Amino acid sequence: MANSSVENIDVRPVNKKENRALFKKREKIQPKKARGNFRRLKWIIMGVTLAIYYITPWIRWDRGDSGPDQAVLIDLARERFYFFFIELWPQEVYYITGLLILAAISLFLVTSLFGRAWCGYSCPQTVWTDLFIFVERMIEGDRNARLRLDKAPMSVSKLVKRIAKHSIWIIIGVLTGGAWIFYFADAPTLLRDLFTFEAPIIAYSSVAVLTATTYVFGGLMREQVCTYMCPWPRIQGAMVDEDTLTVTYHSGRGEPRGPHKKGEPWTDRGHCIDCNQCVAVCPMGIDIRDGLQLECITCALCIDACNDVMDKVDLPRGLIGYDTHAGQFDSNPERKLDIRFIRSRTIAYGLILALVGAVMLFTLLNRSVLDVNVIRDRNPLFVTLSDGSIRNGYTVKILNKIHETRQFQIEVEGLKNAQAWIESGPPVGLPMIVTVPADALSSYKLFISAPAENLPSKTLDIDVVVTDFKSNERDIQETSFKGPEK
Amino acid sequence: MSNKVEKDEFSGTDTTGHEWDGIKELDTPMPRWWLWTMYASIIWAIGYWIVMPAWPLISSHTAGFLGYSSRGSLEQELADATAAHAEDRNALVTMELSAVKNNSQLYQFALRGGKSAFAVNCSQCHGSGAQGAPGFPNLNDDDWLWGGDVDAIYETIKYGIRSDHDDTRIGEMPAFLTDEMLTKEQINDVAEYVLSLSAEREDTAAVDRGQEVFMENCASCHGDKAKGGRDFGAPNLTDAIWFYGKDKDIILRTISRGRNNVMPAWVDRLDDATIRQLALYVHSLGGGE
Repeated sequence: MANSSVENIDVRPVNKKENRALFKKREKIQPKKARGNFRRLKWIIMGVTLAIYYITPWIRWDRGDSGPDQAVLIDLARERFYFFFIELWPQEVYYITGLLILAAISLFLVTSLFGRAWCGYSCPQTVWTDLFIFVERMIEGDRNARLRLDKAPMSVSKLVKRIAKHSIWIIIGVLTGGAWIFYFADAPTLLRDLFTFEAPIIAYSSVAVLTATTYVFGGLMREQVCTYMCPWPRIQGAMVDEDTLTVTYHSGRGEPRGPHKKGEPWTDRGHCIDCNQCVAVCPMGIDIRDGLQLECITCALCIDACNDVMDKVDLPRGLIGYDTHAGQFDSNPERKLDIRFIRSRTIAYGLILALVGAVMLFTLLNRSVLDVNVIRDRNPLFVTLSDGSIRNGYTVKILNKIHETRQFQIEVEGLKNAQAWIESGPPVGLPMIVTVPADALSSYKLFISAPAENLPSKTLDIDVVVTDFKSNERDIQETSFKGPEK
Repeated sequence: MSNKVEKDEFSGTDTTGHEWDGIKELDTPMPRWWLWTMYASIIWAIGYWIVMPAWPLISSHTAGFLGYSSRGSLEQELADATAAHAEDRNALVTMELSAVKNNSQLYQFALRGGKSAFAVNCSQCHGSGAQGAPGFPNLNDDDWLWGGDVDAIYETIKYGIRSDHDDTRIGEMPAFLTDEMLTKEQINDVAEYVLSLSAEREDTAAVDRGQEVFMENCASCHGDKAKGGRDFGAPNLTDAIWFYGKDKDIILRTISRGRNNVMPAWVDRLDDATIRQLALYVHSLGGGE
């Protein structure tokens, strides 16, 4: 070995240009364990994100008798989305659109600042793959042990290891799919129903499908999901510019690379000792020294691996590190990062983010808890009554979006001597009073009649005004009153 | 051309022997999985012929061992839908019609069923919005020939009007001219009188003469004040609603030749639950009493 303290690893990146072929089979990647700050950061992020995912459905939130006490719940049967103090009805799905816009722009902003930080640290594919690799390492050992095991003929101990690994993977898959369904029903009830086989079929099939996808994506497909299935690597090129901070091999400092014997001078050569540690730890199986590439998810594990090596050969850290595209040719090991966070691109993303966020916040804070729809009958358009007066029919839908029963007053403006009644029955006159149960939609058939001589023309614009007795919240709906040709 | 199969030197694949301008066609085999999928499809098709309706014969078709037919499956679905509502339908036929309204869930069930049954069975004459047409009453308004409470509507739908059912509602508007009960002049006077009940008429002498004729010939059914009579289905002649139209010509024709149109009895065509749904639906249209 060239340097006693650094192992030189025989590993080839999977995406070398010379190896490429249209129908090439996948080369299995057995990433080596990395140690360092970024590895630690990734463990912490994995813990936090998985905790959020598993714990969220179990958080309780009091909404009184008429709402569920689960903080985050997508109630498909009752058509509600609950998120702590926010409750959305299906017609307010545009909030979700706003949320998706915010998520997309945030992703753009983060990518233009820090490259694919989302991919490297918090994407579920990365988190679960990391978890699956962790399980694999616990059972089968690190890279070299796994490579040996792959080559070894089938034996009892190999079989036991394989079964143990796949079983734990499947258990993780079941837990993943299992946690998912708790977002769609009351978690404690559903958990009990799941074990007493009283849960709906869709719950079991969702768990089965998500178990399968987790197992296949995290255990079997891994980097292929990122490279071949995900559109984001293709988009990143448009988001990244010369000021973007991303995982960079400082080729100016590293090249020309070559093996290095302890005690040899560092003159006339680069700092890269070509130990291939950075390639061995890469979960994508690539060589960061080839530059920024489509496959790189910027997980930063190569930084940890290289820093380790630099420590051993007594060179400053950071041969591979976060830097801008421009910085990779700088040969100074003590290079100071000079990052321009404020650029036209980040300002634009920031402004859009602030704008959409402000609009969302404004609409959410001013969200009406009363929604009224008035639909006039089209068939027949009007009815002549025996005393010669004209009657029109309307369907009035009142949405009471709070968890209290409310009384509303219905008035009609713009029509003289109007009579009104709900369903059939004697005219009750206006204003009329209706009661809408908590968190519910009530639909009323409203009939309005007026003497024919009060209609100046064929069509009269009228307003149906619905007022909350207590809060005086008003909703005015424009509609029309029709009669025969004059 | 020799019988020896030529191999392409680059790919190592056989060629088909076809050549165009120096370009040779390779004899690349179909992928194995594709071939097997085709064989599997052939086997599936043969099985399908045996168990499902498949081949046309001269007057029918091979029925298949499973005995499936799309008509049969539709009938099954309809029967299943009716069976699924059996509880509500039973509740509907055992309950007083006027009490259904107090049971909100059952009432909504009745209205929806009634709306759909109306579209299928009634809209041809009464219109899709139950708005009626000359000779076919508008069911939205508050003017009822035979009564507008839900039980009266139920009976009308069940037994019909001048239908061939024994319990039908019956009443007759005679043909006063055709049967030589009144002269043309008298009929003109009565028409003037009837029109004067809801609008000013110029020929007051004719109106006065018409009133006398009316009292003798018409009041027995339409009433002394021409307010109509529900026992005979005689319309109220003083209101703003006209069964056939408010033009004098139409009124003259009605008196001269009579009117005896028919509403069929539905008791033999629809089940009781559906008739009750229809009654409740018609009653809910705005004019129900």
